[in-house]
Amino acid sequence: MIDLSHIAKRYGRLQVLDDVSLSLPMGKSIALIGPNGSGKTTLIKCLLGMVVPDKGSISFKGRNILGDWSYRADIGYMPQIGRYPDNMTIAQVFGMMKDIRCLPGKDLDEDLVNAFQLPLIYDKRMRTLSGGTRQKVSACLAFLFNPSVIVLDEPTAGLDPVAAGILTKKILEETNKGKLVLITSHILSELDDLVDEVVYLQDGRVRFHKSLPQLRVDTGEQKLVRAIARVMENATI
Amino acid sequence: MERLISLMLLLSLSNLGFGRVLKVSPSGPLTSVADAVRRAAAGDTVLVYPGVYYEKGLVIDKPIHLKGIGQPALDGEHRYEVVTIRSGGVTMEGFVVRHSGYSDWNDLAGIRLAAVRHVVIKNNQLDDTFFGLYCQNSDSCVLENNTLHSRSDSARLAGNGIHCWHCNGMQLLNNTITRHRDGIYFEFVTNSLIQGNRSFYNMRYGLHFMFSHNDVYDGNRFEHNEAGVSVMFSHGVNMKHNLFADNQGGGAYGILLKEITDSRIELSRFVHNTVAIYMEGTTRVQVSQNVFRDNGWALKVQASCSDDTITKNNFLGNTFDIATNGSLVLNNFDRNYWDKYDGYDLNRDGYGDVPYHPVSLYAMVAEKNPSVMMLFHSFIVSLLDRTEKVMPSITPADLVDHIPFMKPITL
Amino acid sequence: MNKIIKYVVLDILRNKILVSYTVLLFAITMTMLFLQDNQTKSLLSLLNIVLIVLPLVSIIFSTIYYYNSIEFIELLVCQPIRRSRILLSIYAGLALSLLIAFGIGVGLPLLIMDHSLTSVLLVLIGALLTIIFSALAILGSVFMRDKARGIGVAILAWFYFSLLYDGLVLFLLFQFSDYPLEKPSIVLGSLNPIDLGRIILLLRLDSSAMMGYTGAVFKSFFGSAGGILLGFGILTLWMVLPLWGAVRRFNHKDL
Repeated sequence: MIDLSHIAKRYGRLQVLDDVSLSLPMGKSIALIGPNGSGKTTLIKCLLGMVVPDKGSISFKGRNILGDWSYRADIGYMPQIGRYPDNMTIAQVFGMMKDIRCLPGKDLDEDLVNAFQLPLIYDKRMRTLSGGTRQKVSACLAFLFNPSVIVLDEPTAGLDPVAAGILTKKILEETNKGKLVLITSHILSELDDLVDEVVYLQDGRVRFHKSLPQLRVDTGEQKLVRAIARVMENATI
Repeated sequence: MERLISLMLLLSLSNLGFGRVLKVSPSGPLTSVADAVRRAAAGDTVLVYPGVYYEKGLVIDKPIHLKGIGQPALDGEHRYEVVTIRSGGVTMEGFVVRHSGYSDWNDLAGIRLAAVRHVVIKNNQLDDTFFGLYCQNSDSCVLENNTLHSRSDSARLAGNGIHCWHCNGMQLLNNTITRHRDGIYFEFVTNSLIQGNRSFYNMRYGLHFMFSHNDVYDGNRFEHNEAGVSVMFSHGVNMKHNLFADNQGGGAYGILLKEITDSRIELSRFVHNTVAIYMEGTTRVQVSQNVFRDNGWALKVQASCSDDTITKNNFLGNTFDIATNGSLVLNNFDRNYWDKYDGYDLNRDGYGDVPYHPVSLYAMVAEKNPSVMMLFHSFIVSLLDRTEKVMPSITPADLVDHIPFMKPITL
Repeated sequence: MNKIIKYVVLDILRNKILVSYTVLLFAITMTMLFLQDNQTKSLLSLLNIVLIVLPLVSIIFSTIYYYNSIEFIELLVCQPIRRSRILLSIYAGLALSLLIAFGIGVGLPLLIMDHSLTSVLLVLIGALLTIIFSALAILGSVFMRDKARGIGVAILAWFYFSLLYDGLVLFLLFQFSDYPLEKPSIVLGSLNPIDLGRIILLLRLDSSAMMGYTGAVFKSFFGSAGGILLGFGILTLWMVLPLWGAVRRFNHKDL
């Protein structure tokens, strides 16, 4: 359960987030969408504590996260572009993250690692990896520690269709386990079967936060792509 | 030399032929040295056996041989001048002379030689004396193998160790002097020899030397003196085989030369001094075959010096080789070895083919403004020095070694 | 914390630039020690390396490394780790790697060939300068978002500490040469870590010259055991203060 209330963030003269209030319940898969520069990534970064909001508060399972760091043990994050120390092998990266994060007694979720067949290329150095393979590593790390909240920033960008399919399946599984999955994506078509709710951001404001069925009803469109297009058209009127 | 021979003859004659022997010891027959001296006739020998003798100012006024056996002590009780010699031909040896008086208006000494000739003072230990050996208007005396140690510190007055005033033909041999004001003090002393002495940890100069002409220093060591050695207003001084070491401080010099003419400094070693040689108003002084090692400044040659020759010296590891205060250079610096020289020798004759300028820009700058020493070895200073080497503007162009040695000279 | 340090060190030690830096230092040190007949002279040349090359390489390398590991830092920031811990770990890893390079390149050969107190001091000061300048690099990098600008600031800082500052001091010393400058110059000397290190060594290498004039004041101040301790204390401050500033900024920085 994540509650954001009245979050505002300004970069110089640019108001990136303007009075954003959201309530993200557990057990849902939520899409965070909006045009380029609408503040999606900034919002995620606020959530992760990478960006400190100017105003407002964020609570994670009832605890205020400002100035706190321990709550991140319960979040898995897959960044848009995952970059790792160049000279380390994949195995070392995993080893390091386990080293840093692993609490004793907590199970590791290595489904994705095995599904992506990463152990076959464990000895490769990060520098030599393609963008897609790095994304696989990032995805695996996001799920590895069994967090109850998973944040995925453009998860399928750069992944081949097979890998994207594996990841989508994993996301669904985790949602069904009662976890909260937050996804931003440009490829709206792949979100259709994946998400329960949609948050639409524009110019730093939340335009709407609806469940997917509700959105279909409101716009009269079955496909998310069409529905969002419809919303954007209306917005310009 | 003639004098020496006649002295020897005199001494041997007195000992061999005519002398009686008087014995002094605490248990008798004589218990007072003064008493023995009074009873003695010229040429007699007074033997003094171990013990402490309080003579309240012993005066020796006849040519006798005063000999201490087993280090008897003459004690001045911090009030008296311990021994005063008023007669020529006296020999005094083997005593401990101690606790002389201290005075602000009178130069009380351990042993005073007052206008005498052919006196020999040897193998004595002078401990806690105000002045040690004080020689005035004396001639042809020998001071040999004495150890002089003053107990003075900054709180208490110190006199000079061996103090010679208006003397001639003195010989100071193998004495050791510490913690006095000046280790050896010469004023108006001529034709004398100072050889094999050690003068260290004195309050002011190890050797202080003025208006004293035609003297020879040979094989002395001057170390850790507050102000080093000072030689002034003299001519015909010959200094060789000496060691000047660890004389450090704002006003400390290995040797300070002032108004010296026709003199030589040769075969000496200057180590770890703030300034090894400071020359002011010197004329025709030859500085040759010396080693200058690890000094702050090897030579400070003021512009008032002329016709001096600095040659065949080794300059090793000094911070500055030469500093000067003007652009006028009337001295010759050819044929030395400078460890900072980085020229080449294409014709392999042992001499560098490009001249060496031993004065660095920074030496000049530091001479004018000493506080810039704090920037020494910094990047900017190295840059300035390099620039100056390429385009000399401040350093005197005439101060140059035209034919520097490529390798250290064997000395 | 040590885990991150470990990974940073392992990462940097495989860096070609750092390896060649080590080899270069080693080659220079060996050349100096073998080719110079005079020991003081070789120490002096090494001192120049330590005072000029070391800060330059430390500050530039650290700055570039920081910018190159921005993504890695981001990765760490969204892990359950305190932010100050991340920055300090990265700094410690950087400084440690540079220290290892310096230790192998200069420290070991010097201490093996010449175990005088002066060499020990030289190595100690080199180590401190490495630490200080990578701390300054971290400070600059945390404040500058742009990599090009960050590297520019780093070069400028190096230029300031190794050249500009001394030029200013030289200028001041001449402008005010009529006044007693001994105490001000002690203060001026302490305000620049490179100068401070240089003066501490100068008092040993050129001890004779430093006994005159201002030197005597420096000697009595920095030459005593207490003075050396104070000097090293100030050098430590030069490391701690930039780090403190960097951590403060980093704790509130948007990544």
